[in-house]
Amino acid sequence: MSENTTHAPGRTPADGPGSGGSGGPGRGPGPGGPMMGPGGHGLMAGGAKTRDFKGTMKRLGGYLKPEAGKLVAVVLLTTLAVAASVAGPRILGIATNVLFEGVVGSALAERLPEGTTGDQAIEMLQDAAAQLREQGDETGASQAEQLADMLSGMDVVVGTGVDFGLVARWLLILAAVYLLSAAFNWGQGYIMAGITQRTIYGLRRQVDEKLARLPLKYFDDNSRGDTLSRVTNDIDNIAQTLQQQAAQILSSLLTIVGVLGMMFWISPLLAVISLLVIPASVLVAMFIARRSRTQFAAQWEKTGTLNGHVEEMFTGHNVVKVFGRQAEAVEVFDRENEGLYQASFRAQFISSTIQPSLHFLNNLNYVGVAVIGGLKVASGSLSLGDVQAFIQYSRQFNQPIVQTASAANVLQSAAASAERVFELLDAPEEVPETLEPVHLGRAEGHVEFRNVRFSYSADKPLIEDLSLEALPGQTVAIVGPTGAGKTTLVNLLMRFYELQDGGILIDGVDTRDMTRDDLRRTFGMVLQDTWLFKGTIRENLAYGREDATDEEIMSAAHAAHVDHFVRTLADGYDTELNDDSSNISQGQRQLLTIARAFVADPPILILDEATSSVDTRTEALIQQAMARLMQGRTSFVIAHRLSTIREADLILVMNEGAIIEQGTHHELMAADGFYADLYNSQFTEAFDEAS
Amino acid sequence: MMRLFRFLKPYWKQVALVMVLVLLQAIANLYLPDLNANIINDGVAKGDTGFIMTEGTRMLVVALLLGVVSIVSVYWGARTAMAFGRDLRHEVFHTVQRFSLAELNAFGAPSLITRTTNDVQQMQMLVVMGLNIMVMAPFMAIGGIIMAVRQDAPLSLLIAVVIPLMAIILGFLMRNAMPLFKSMQQRIDRVNQVMREKLTGIRVIRAFVRSDFEERRFDVANRELSETMLGVGRLFAVMMPTVMAIFNLALVATMWFGGLRIDSGAMPIGNLTAFLTYIMQILMSVMMATFMFVMVPRAAASADRINEVLETQPQIADPVEPIVPEVRTGIVEFRDVEFRYPGAEDPVLCGISFTAEPGKTTAIVGSTGSGKSTLINLIPRFYDVTGGHLLVDGVDVRDMTQAELWSRIGFIPQAAFLFSGTVASNLRYGREDATEAELWHALDVAQGKGFVSALDEGLEAPITQGGTNVSGGQRQRLAIARALVKRPEIYVFDDSFSALDFKTDAALRAALADDTADATVIIVAQRVSTIMHADMIVVLDEGRIMGTGTHDELLGCCPTYGEIVRSQLTEEEVA
Repeated sequence: MSENTTHAPGRTPADGPGSGGSGGPGRGPGPGGPMMGPGGHGLMAGGAKTRDFKGTMKRLGGYLKPEAGKLVAVVLLTTLAVAASVAGPRILGIATNVLFEGVVGSALAERLPEGTTGDQAIEMLQDAAAQLREQGDETGASQAEQLADMLSGMDVVVGTGVDFGLVARWLLILAAVYLLSAAFNWGQGYIMAGITQRTIYGLRRQVDEKLARLPLKYFDDNSRGDTLSRVTNDIDNIAQTLQQQAAQILSSLLTIVGVLGMMFWISPLLAVISLLVIPASVLVAMFIARRSRTQFAAQWEKTGTLNGHVEEMFTGHNVVKVFGRQAEAVEVFDRENEGLYQASFRAQFISSTIQPSLHFLNNLNYVGVAVIGGLKVASGSLSLGDVQAFIQYSRQFNQPIVQTASAANVLQSAAASAERVFELLDAPEEVPETLEPVHLGRAEGHVEFRNVRFSYSADKPLIEDLSLEALPGQTVAIVGPTGAGKTTLVNLLMRFYELQDGGILIDGVDTRDMTRDDLRRTFGMVLQDTWLFKGTIRENLAYGREDATDEEIMSAAHAAHVDHFVRTLADGYDTELNDDSSNISQGQRQLLTIARAFVADPPILILDEATSSVDTRTEALIQQAMARLMQGRTSFVIAHRLSTIREADLILVMNEGAIIEQGTHHELMAADGFYADLYNSQFTEAFDEAS
Repeated sequence: MMRLFRFLKPYWKQVALVMVLVLLQAIANLYLPDLNANIINDGVAKGDTGFIMTEGTRMLVVALLLGVVSIVSVYWGARTAMAFGRDLRHEVFHTVQRFSLAELNAFGAPSLITRTTNDVQQMQMLVVMGLNIMVMAPFMAIGGIIMAVRQDAPLSLLIAVVIPLMAIILGFLMRNAMPLFKSMQQRIDRVNQVMREKLTGIRVIRAFVRSDFEERRFDVANRELSETMLGVGRLFAVMMPTVMAIFNLALVATMWFGGLRIDSGAMPIGNLTAFLTYIMQILMSVMMATFMFVMVPRAAASADRINEVLETQPQIADPVEPIVPEVRTGIVEFRDVEFRYPGAEDPVLCGISFTAEPGKTTAIVGSTGSGKSTLINLIPRFYDVTGGHLLVDGVDVRDMTQAELWSRIGFIPQAAFLFSGTVASNLRYGREDATEAELWHALDVAQGKGFVSALDEGLEAPITQGGTNVSGGQRQRLAIARALVKRPEIYVFDDSFSALDFKTDAALRAALADDTADATVIIVAQRVSTIMHADMIVVLDEGRIMGTGTHDELLGCCPTYGEIVRSQLTEEEVA
């Protein structure tokens, strides 16, 4: 019986979670964000090295500011939940004691008269011990003494049995505490989910808005996959951390504080010993986290490289095939894949050693407490029950410490992601809009370049001092060899890029004195890269003017000679174009683009005449439609047709991105320069064919 | 999902080792509390420091062993799971490499990329968790149940109530989670898609002043995703506290019923505390399993996506007994070829018969939608004919290996696609051992020598992914040079001159004629000037051949051709 009795209060349920399994899940996989988990860090995640962990976390914390009120609620609920879970074992212990006292009470009734109080029983036992010792029965004596010791900590009345009323009362309180704890936890999680999703929604939105303010240079300079990855993978990674780890860390830290408080209450000395575990754990966790961080960074880098390769090979599938390079593609893939395997294995392994290491530390602590506790019990300065309670609490300690350590690991990854997102948010923006913009209304279409200087990079001057003028309704032909730089012209006219010097004027107003939106509305573009979107044909045609009516759309389609074609499709104007509109032919795409320009009805046009990838009949249709579209509008035409060029009011001759000559056909031929040369060599053949 | 675990097979030894190690951990975990209890009962309680020291040492040794075993098992677990992921990725990538255009287009490249990387990642994480929990949880649970029943069988009935209750609640939550996860996956796709379109079409969006519209579009996708994720978050906010509550209430119930049994003398009090310990263990393992279950719905969704890829049989595969053509001349013969897209009512091509011979240029012309591109896509077997035969060097292309076929073809697609690397690495794509002189020669023919030599690094100049750092015309010329480096028997130009101006086009064709004198050249082009000197012109209209012959022959007898020529040359005649 003595075995059992001393055993009893020791095994309270605090023994449970956290004390046992090193295999137990440290970090619960949760309401996961998409595409993540260590390594799910998507496309092109370049360097995951965190440069300024503190600064990044602080900034991330700034996003939670609007949720301050709710966060207070979360902290409050977490505190309550932690308090309840710390109090739980204590109450269970009390209930156990009541039960125990009753059992002991009835057990003692066999030897002692009923109604004997605990104090009387102790006296009797002590007397008995003395007697036994006199009789030389040392073991019996010490047993009796132990029993007396034990009883001294209890409220036993011999023969009363278990007070089930009292037990029930404590158990009901316990049930209530546990239910409350669950409710608090649920409330906390519920509110936190809201905070997380609102914050993440806001972050995604902010990035999206930022993208609208970034200059085109950003998009030209950065890979699409990388930007995409920041919007999706990195933000989702942050979301997951916020949802799972923020509350987790809070609750772990609070548990540590709560448990420590209980421990100090019981025995400051033992508490100090246990306290030693914290810095030791922190050291171990930091040691491991530092190593895992570099491995995680490597893992994401490899994931990025692998993703890059996969994307490239899938996009260029046909070329890979027909050049018979699949073996090589697989070979490269295997090499990158092996690299990823090595890195992710190391990251996984190193970060997984945290738990066993801390678990061992905790066991070390346990033995330390037991040794010193044993000495103290022997010297009588601490009761057995206190040591046991203490040991329970010191075991309760393990779980939150391991969790905090693991969370620190995960925070590293979130910081790396946050850094990538912030990098995007901090990218230099477009020159801000003028404060007092001039509204043109509908422009006449008078375009003037005044001493324009422009280059993409400072060391390669492109356009040095360009002046030109196009009157309303005139046609400006742009002529030059392949790759001459028509994109540059579009970039400047549409103010996709800023000039270094000089100005471009529309109807006498500097384009920088208008809003970009106003400026761009005056332009219509019909370029060879046709730019249609996934969506119905109707949506695509109305893209230039949201309020276009069906009649307007159809008459525009009619003017662009595409109405008939659209009507032959099964769904007509509601036919869905797929991602790269590959479900209709190039020529039809071009006609749709023209129709779209008709709908938008802009005063100035930029057209690309290079219709060579459509068949001749469609080309004729496009030609007619374009001519109709150009009527009454100032047009910049990237021209390949002799007739267009010769009839143009102004010809701009471009070479290697720069405008090198300008004038009418006759002027340029008379000048006998680059144009004359180009003209003679390029169009003689066409003449031959015609004749 | 289970089907994917076959990829663990090569690692069965490691899996077995990890399982044994986890088993050892479970045993140590069951043993340690006993040692703990001994230290308290026989050491601390008696003030016997000697006993505490020896038992403590034993306990530390066990703990150390547990630590070592844990770390070794974590090591092999990580190895195995990551190797599983690696092999799965390899398999997916490899499978996609075998896909023909039809399968690739059916999935879409972006989706295939996600499946190769992210979806595999989900499965990999499941294996990491699973290797531990799959062994640990059942062992702890069964061990706990046995021990509990031994302590007090009637009280063990509680377990029979609690575990099914837990299972029902978890099952219920899981059933709600599954559709949420599915919709989450779709909405992530949507956010990705809208974003990708925005990034691709940034110039159009700005040119058409549609930033606001696009912002709203993204906002809708963003909001929908947030809502679904909020739902998932809230579901899980319920899940863990619920499991914990059941867990704790089970303890309360054990105390109550245990107390009653003790009072009635049916059970010694010591058994109650032991019983409590075991029930904790059982519930712990259920908790562990819960963590596992949390991962399952997402991993299952990913597994489905992976399986879809792995189970797709490419429509175009190598024959079992391939025929090796006896000659290597490059003769291409269409014999009454018919082609229709799967499920299409009308064929795109019908009754196509002609022969493209070595040393000659065969041009294909026709209006938009006449089937020109489809026709030449049949030659490298991007698609298979649905009727008739397509023969290369006298052998039906379906009877030879694809490698055999492709080794004969230099294909220059309409949209020139370059790989990231350098000019040289792109050109050598055609033939790895090409010398620098050969590269320059190819560039010379393709009219690319000028701009490449103007680059600072020349042949070693970097090319970005997709070749976005060179102009469209330069891209096309590099793609042509790449095919020339290969020196194939058959050249297929799919409107590959479209981005070139007249002058470059003419110069290129002149140089090409010399360089490809012995080869079979098949050209799809729009400009009459490009094809009028061809040895044979095939005129297509609505998938049928309207006439074949030389320029002059066709002018005389093929009205469709005459129409094309007139429509194109009128402008110049007028000029």
